[in-house]
Amino acid sequence: MLDAFGQPQSVVVLGGTSDLAGAIVEALVRRRCRTVVLAGRDDQRLGAAATAATATGAQHVSTVRFDALDIAGAVATVDDAFDAAGAADLVLLAVGVLSHERDELDPERTAEVVTATYSWPATALTRAAARLREQGYGRIVVLSSVAAMRVRRQNFVYASAKAGLDAFSIGLSEALRGTGVAVQIVRPGRVPTKMTEGLPSAPMSSTPGAVADAVMAGLESGAPVIWVPPAARWAMGLARLVPQALWRRIPG
Amino acid sequence: MPDTSLAPAQRLLTGWGRADATRGLVWTPRRGEEIAELLANLESAAVIPRGLGRSYGDAAQSAGGTIVDTTLLDHVGCVDANGEVEVSAGTSLDTLVRRMLPQGWFLPVTPGTRQVTVGGAIAADVHGKNHHADGSFARHVTAMTVATPTGVHRVAPTRDPDLFWATAGGMGLTGIVTSARLRMLAVSTDRMLVDTDRFADLDAVMTAMEEGDARYRYSVAWVDCSGKAGRTRPGGGLGPGAGRAVLTRGDHASLDDVPAPQLRRAAVAAARVPRPHLRVPRHVPGGLLNRLSIAAFNETWFRRAPTHRTQELQSMWKFFHPLDGVAEWNRLYGPLGFLQYQFAVPPGRGDVVHTAIQTLSSHRIPAFLAVLKRFGPSSPGPLSFPMPGWTLALDVPIGPDGVGRCLDRLDEVVAEAGGRVYLAKDSRLRPDVVPIMYPRLEELRAVRRRVDPRGILRSDLARRLDLC
Repeated sequence: MLDAFGQPQSVVVLGGTSDLAGAIVEALVRRRCRTVVLAGRDDQRLGAAATAATATGAQHVSTVRFDALDIAGAVATVDDAFDAAGAADLVLLAVGVLSHERDELDPERTAEVVTATYSWPATALTRAAARLREQGYGRIVVLSSVAAMRVRRQNFVYASAKAGLDAFSIGLSEALRGTGVAVQIVRPGRVPTKMTEGLPSAPMSSTPGAVADAVMAGLESGAPVIWVPPAARWAMGLARLVPQALWRRIPG
Repeated sequence: MPDTSLAPAQRLLTGWGRADATRGLVWTPRRGEEIAELLANLESAAVIPRGLGRSYGDAAQSAGGTIVDTTLLDHVGCVDANGEVEVSAGTSLDTLVRRMLPQGWFLPVTPGTRQVTVGGAIAADVHGKNHHADGSFARHVTAMTVATPTGVHRVAPTRDPDLFWATAGGMGLTGIVTSARLRMLAVSTDRMLVDTDRFADLDAVMTAMEEGDARYRYSVAWVDCSGKAGRTRPGGGLGPGAGRAVLTRGDHASLDDVPAPQLRRAAVAAARVPRPHLRVPRHVPGGLLNRLSIAAFNETWFRRAPTHRTQELQSMWKFFHPLDGVAEWNRLYGPLGFLQYQFAVPPGRGDVVHTAIQTLSSHRIPAFLAVLKRFGPSSPGPLSFPMPGWTLALDVPIGPDGVGRCLDRLDEVVAEAGGRVYLAKDSRLRPDVVPIMYPRLEELRAVRRRVDPRGILRSDLARRLDLC
């Protein structure tokens, strides 16, 4: 169950091998979380993430394998993860594939990025929402990105898919009002992780630890949108007003 | 038999602290017998009773399960010559006192509000300012009817005492009380004779309570946790003002205590139980109760109290239920809600009271006045909260950083001292400290195995704390 500070005792992580998910799971386990179900693609990384969760103190850790390009398998993945958890107090969605400039003329790559970053997550969230409604309570935390707030050329395929997921999550949150299930969206700046290896550092960047701290505070406050760093909220508010001709020239 | 219950409806429920809402099917029977039928034929995985929702946390809700709202069961029987009366479990203490006081009977134990049901008072085994003298609520219950999934039981302290005492303080997990026989207290006026003393620090008030409580039926101290604008003293220790206290003690006034001109209005036959005269509006912004506003309130309240006054005549309502004058005051804490932290520690461990006030004060957590009281002997209930020693209760808003971790550390101090946290107030304990605080938890589970072998009596509280 969730306590009065929004702290879960069990968490289902979709995208459980990501660095961000790892940092958040560690913070959750240090507070109240005992049951961790990690869903991911790579067996070896799943094993490492499970070992890390156990080492932090989680009592029941299990893993579920899935491929974010397999939309037809999304429902079964969510069901497997829920069944392994018993009940899921929190569903953390941390699935996505970053795109690069070199991908921008590759239709297959575009389809992959959009599928893994938008279509699969939206399908899985729909199923997770149904399971949580049945439970009568629960939280969903969706990792979005500040990049979704104003698309740039460098990663526009990824950013547009995240923008779709962000909008989807806002809609889902409205649809779940009054059911006991709440959705919270996290919009971190660029976090140097496996996903961003080889990219130059960006303004409004953050760290996995800072994102985890912000998520913990967000669970407590129930804020519908969690910005990391908090100043990104104002920066991106301004960025959306900048004319495209100028936006294009801003480095980053 | 026609189904007279109100149509069941899915509802979002929270405790009085208004945090963590969960959804369940609320079912409101009109007759106690319907509850037994429901328990025997229930299809959902969990069921829990709910009265007026005054538990602060998640004790009277069950996500995805069925919640039995008992508040339509409010029959009050005729009081006999010994002051015993059979009351349906959904009757509020407010209703009971309105019916009983004009006949010269008062509640044997009254918690800080009259807006709780008799069933809830038994399930939490509530206490009042007279615990050191008269014990907890269940001590004044001579018999009760408990509907369980395996049948209806009429139990008493001498008849199936295991089920009786597991139910007293059992948080609804051993069955649903449908009716109880209470032994009321004879009074002749609606006035109290009150002595008030103001103390500059915690040591002084605790010493005064240890020395003098035995002379009074009722005793309670209000302690300032915030200090002057929440300042702390460098190098630890309590900041200026934190720990100062007002101690009020008294007993019911007899007809002889009341001066002749007031006598006609004070006599119980003319007693009028007040209704709330204020209501907090539905939408209150967060942050209204912050460190400054709370410190200012505490300051005013402390200065208003006399340094020493004896034998003052006060109305019962001012003495027992000052907050009942404001309906839905819990909304003042804003949308995030609040929690109440209440713990008890053995007599020799008054130091934990110091530690708690010091910790909250130094973390600059805005806390209203804390209520400090000495408990007398425990009741035999395995999950009954009161234990001989000290108890401290304080409201804490949810929101400020670090409150959760700070309370986690206090839990450890309390458990280490052999103390416990009150489950009826809890919304945040760690499950692993519960068996340390309640070492007789297994006795409750044994009774459950007998009366609820399928384990369907389950609340969010029970799930969160692994109670069953």
